[in-house]
Amino acid sequence: MWVDWFLALRILRDARMQTLLITAGVAAGVTVMVFLSSLMTGLQVSLLHKTLGTQAHIVVRPAEERARPLLGDAVVRRVEATAQRTRSIDGWQQLLASLDAEAEIEAVSPSATAPVFALRGNGTEAVVLKGIVPERFAGVIKMTEHMEAGEWTVADRGVVIGVGLAAKLGVAVGDRMRLQAVDGTSELFDVRGLFDVGNKAANDVWVLVSLRDAQTLLDLTGGVSSIELRVTDSFAAEALAARLRGRTGLEVESWMAANAELLTALRSQASSSLVIQVFVILAVAIGIASVLVVSVIQRSREIGILRAMGMSRARITRIFLLQGGLVGVGGSLLGSGLGAALAVTFSHAVTDASGAPLLPIVLDARLFLSSAVVATATGLLAALLPARRAAKLDPASAIRNA
Amino acid sequence: MPDPVLELRGVIKEFGEAVVTRVLHGIDLRVEQGEFVALIGPSGSGKSTLLNLVGLLDHPSAGEVWVHGERTDQLDDEALTRLRARSLGFVFQFHHLIGALSAVENVMMALAADQPRLTGEMRRRSVAALAEVGLADRADEDPRRLSGGQQQRVAIARALVRRPPLVLADEPTGNLDTRAAEEVFSLMRRFNRETGIAFMVVTHDPRIAARCDRTIELVDGRVVPQAT
Repeated sequence: MWVDWFLALRILRDARMQTLLITAGVAAGVTVMVFLSSLMTGLQVSLLHKTLGTQAHIVVRPAEERARPLLGDAVVRRVEATAQRTRSIDGWQQLLASLDAEAEIEAVSPSATAPVFALRGNGTEAVVLKGIVPERFAGVIKMTEHMEAGEWTVADRGVVIGVGLAAKLGVAVGDRMRLQAVDGTSELFDVRGLFDVGNKAANDVWVLVSLRDAQTLLDLTGGVSSIELRVTDSFAAEALAARLRGRTGLEVESWMAANAELLTALRSQASSSLVIQVFVILAVAIGIASVLVVSVIQRSREIGILRAMGMSRARITRIFLLQGGLVGVGGSLLGSGLGAALAVTFSHAVTDASGAPLLPIVLDARLFLSSAVVATATGLLAALLPARRAAKLDPASAIRNA
Repeated sequence: MPDPVLELRGVIKEFGEAVVTRVLHGIDLRVEQGEFVALIGPSGSGKSTLLNLVGLLDHPSAGEVWVHGERTDQLDDEALTRLRARSLGFVFQFHHLIGALSAVENVMMALAADQPRLTGEMRRRSVAALAEVGLADRADEDPRRLSGGQQQRVAIARALVRRPPLVLADEPTGNLDTRAAEEVFSLMRRFNRETGIAFMVVTHDPRIAARCDRTIELVDGRVVPQAT
């Protein structure tokens, strides 16, 4: 066995109570880290899942129409903003092909989208018509996972609507309903399926039909009003959107820009959690350092005799650093287990009416690994001062003053 | 004639910067191989300072310190540490055993001080050293559970296990009752005769000093020649 390890372990074993106390201190710190991180990550993942469950990561639309003042002698006091109409993206097929080829993009879905009315009997609802290619749309928003009734198909004048709209209009799978564009053009559609995407707005207003049917109804023959994208790294969406904006000159909006407030809230939450964790680590480090400083003082006579016997200063430093590191590793193992148990218990204890966890948690290997690394590094750093103090002890006076 | 195990030539030791206090005034002394020497003198005579210099735990202000044929006064801390491990054994008044280790592990530390790993051979030699001081059956005992005399015998085993050419003993019997003191002194004397290891024993006890080969008396930082 390595002499340094042997002595470090023996000293820790000899001072059982001190060792237990500082290991418990580290474990408490790691428990807080694991618990807070799992909760924060869970909350973040859950919120993002809910947000991105009904939203494309990036939406490409035609550039806005803008009125321009006449040039010349005329003095223009006010330029009136132009009302936006449903327009197609020029050369969308070529754009679609180039987006399909991008490695960062997971799915691309062209869509003809516009507000229309849904009619059934005396009921009329203002809805958002989305003409889609089902396989492509399901790649962007996982519709197949959200089907409540019927099938995920819009073929042969089929329509898929949300459960909210179905309830408002009193329709079920197999019923027929009329969709009427703002210019009065209308068509009858068969209800093929009902979805519940977990978002009331989408459940109440989305009406999904085939791209061709939507193009006909909206008088957008051969065109699409938007292209929706799902990317591999959702947090890289804004950077990609900026690149596409520069490349195409189109209006490109990422989910991050569309949900800026949510992102700010999540970042603030993560920052608060980080601050709490930093202070916890600091407290743990001070705890380890103070206990080891006391240990060095208590053992100065023994350190003196080890130095007199020919043990180098470097070895004495290593022995005390190892003690800090070992306490860090032990505390992180214990704390990881406790933190995970606490998080799981908390998640099971705090549930909604259906029994589902109100605060979801995420426990992954990276969290445990990072906690272990932080705790071990804290142990080593905290032991640095006592270790140096031990190594600097003058053996003659350490032995004499015992 | 072989090199002496210890030689001091004109060693001066001063402390302080603004106000310099000279504690040792040009010490010259030799300890030959196999000698058993007593270092005596009243409190404040410079015995501890001299022992620290001889034990390579401190540097002289001037003069030369030779240990086992090697001049040491200009060596750096690392070289002194290596030389201590190789050439010197220590026995202290308060034994200074490490409480976290068993008796045999304490002895092993003298062998492992400058080695990276503990080996079975180290344990075997340490158990043998404990057997030589009559404590083979207490090898795995917590040293805090041993009597004062037994603890000092473990310290002797630790000092002797590497068979260094010189053992420095600082009041080795000062904390023991008469019987234990006699046992410990006899043990050191026996090792000196059987192994040829030289001993320098600091003592206040004139009876101990009288039983040594030679006495070096230190008064006010100067060596007073004594009859052997």
